[in-house]
Amino acid sequence: MKADSPTKEALNKSASGMRRKAHGAQKTRHNMGLGESSSTAQRSDSPAQPFKQCFPKAKSLMSIPTGADRSRQAFLSRSTLITSVVLVIGMAAVVILNALPASSPLHVSAATVALLGKYFTYMLLALAVDLIWGYLGILSLGHGAFFALGGYAMGLYLTAQNAPLQGWQAPLEFFPVAALAIVLTPGLLALVFGWLAFRSRVTGVYFSIITQALTFALMLAFNRNEMGMGGSTGLTRFYELLGFSLASDGMTVALFIASGVAVLLAFWLCRMITVSRLGRVCVATRDAEARVRFLGYRVDHVKLALFVVSAMIAGIAGALYVPQVGIINPSTFAPLFSIEVVVWVALGGRATLYGALLGALVVNYLKTLLTGAVPDAWLFILGGLFVLVTMALPQGIAGLLAQRRRRREVSA
Amino acid sequence: MSVKTNDRLERLREFTRPDRVFDFLVPVQSPVDVRHGPILYLEDVSVSFDGFQAIDRLNLTIDDGELRCIIGPNGAGKTTMMDIITGKTRPDSGQVWFGSRHDLLTLDEPQIANLGIGRKFQKPTVFEALDVTENLELAMAGDRRVWRTLLARLDHEGRSRIDEVLETIGLGDERHRLAGVLSHGQKQWLEIGMLLMQRPRLLLVDEPVAGMTEPEMQRTAELLTRLAGQQSVVVVEHDMGFVRSIARTVTVLHQGSVLAEGSMDEVASDPQVVEVYLGGEEEAA
Repeated sequence: MKADSPTKEALNKSASGMRRKAHGAQKTRHNMGLGESSSTAQRSDSPAQPFKQCFPKAKSLMSIPTGADRSRQAFLSRSTLITSVVLVIGMAAVVILNALPASSPLHVSAATVALLGKYFTYMLLALAVDLIWGYLGILSLGHGAFFALGGYAMGLYLTAQNAPLQGWQAPLEFFPVAALAIVLTPGLLALVFGWLAFRSRVTGVYFSIITQALTFALMLAFNRNEMGMGGSTGLTRFYELLGFSLASDGMTVALFIASGVAVLLAFWLCRMITVSRLGRVCVATRDAEARVRFLGYRVDHVKLALFVVSAMIAGIAGALYVPQVGIINPSTFAPLFSIEVVVWVALGGRATLYGALLGALVVNYLKTLLTGAVPDAWLFILGGLFVLVTMALPQGIAGLLAQRRRRREVSA
Repeated sequence: MSVKTNDRLERLREFTRPDRVFDFLVPVQSPVDVRHGPILYLEDVSVSFDGFQAIDRLNLTIDDGELRCIIGPNGAGKTTMMDIITGKTRPDSGQVWFGSRHDLLTLDEPQIANLGIGRKFQKPTVFEALDVTENLELAMAGDRRVWRTLLARLDHEGRSRIDEVLETIGLGDERHRLAGVLSHGQKQWLEIGMLLMQRPRLLLVDEPVAGMTEPEMQRTAELLTRLAGQQSVVVVEHDMGFVRSIARTVTVLHQGSVLAEGSMDEVASDPQVVEVYLGGEEEAA
């Protein structure tokens, strides 16, 4: 790598020379009135383009488009290993510190464990959003809906432990049925919604808007008492899960571990998808959808498959969220929540997977800190963060890390 | 037993044939029928956008194995014609047939691509976030369904096919570079390479030499002439020198329909053509 860097530079130089020449040729042809649309021929569709124009200095560091994880061919890349190890060590550390006697200064209380467990479910949700946004360019501003549906399925199951449910909800009393509902309800909704949207080639901002409409419509529906979902108060007063009391510290730790394991498994699943040929088709679709179609791939099927997988992951996240927080209500369907999820992913860095995990953790930790300290300012801070990241760090924290690593490699 | 019952039994037997348990698993074999000569047949195709007649009763026949150049001034409808053939645009009227079996107007882009029509865009469109090898891998002929794509691995055959194409397009040294950092000419070549990976029966090539240097142009001409024969190639180009160097038959489009067709010399001496197109060039030159 290092040895051929001068050659590479020379190559780059000659390449740019060639481009200039090409440009010249194009121009003359244009003057002849023969170039059908020669002015567009030079335009690049690279997503990093506007940023490059704003920050010319960052050009060399930006030369690799989004999601550049050069080791993406292999499942066991550096980032997969580091993320997995960090997750496992983090989980183990929390569990061990929690087991310390309460008098110890290092003791982590059950409340903190529950909070961290909640962060895990948010990380899972961020992962789901990154899978379709980062790799496929589908910006869903309604992923909170799938999260909430999974949550409601779990909520109904937990409610059924207190008193039997009525009507169609009755079967949810059994855990296997509830578990299926947790995965299938969001999956089915995503299947129908995605089929309609992708078949009609609804993309970009239009898709984002209808996902907002979707989650808003569901919020209104779940607010109604006739839905049998507790109306605007939602479902709460959960006492037992699988026969164990939810109030016990053991249960808190168990849910924390379950959430962590879910994050790890989902991370591996997403990683598996994104390193496969399908993952490359996704990236190709994100950057040049028409081209992929002309290669013979069914773009709508690819999008639908990933959208459904993503919705299912979001559903599982919601189901793990509910017993740890103790309540699920229509505010989870609120469009604002779904937008917040997108901010986490943007801040962490798109198309890296670990960036989404990092972003969800950082933003939510900040939220916990700041809503305590300066409750009124939180939304401003969140908005400011989003603006800042979009302007200065379009690749998010993950991009920053990758940049530093590249710099180190160059200087070494 | 009545005839009706017999008929029903017969229909039932269709379902129980042991070699056809899962119909959907049987790969769709759709060979292109070119026994009657033409591989591509357009008849009376018209399309208009907001009142602008982009294609006006266009008739065009491409024979199997032919290399055809299509020229024409701005707005002659060359790119629209390619859009119609590849399924991107639906014509208002007319017929488009691939071989004598496939009505292209009933198919969409992926289906048409899988039938064996490859397209190179005017503006080189490669997947910039993927490296050269990956670009070629995606274009490689194979099962395009989601699940199969997820499980697909690059086997030995595929790898040697990629090496072969890399050598043809001269990008062997760039195989692990991102397509986004290639020069304009290299991107053109990569896209041609992707077409080769697809192994199409019919190649539609829109301005293959735009932005290429003279030697690159010569190599492209060489490649396209070599391809013709095994595959049918349709080239849309503005560069007259290039067209002259490869063309056997030239079709001149003007205002959405065919103005003239024949060898380069015939076409160049056609007074109408000279007026709308070639004359303009000579003046400018």
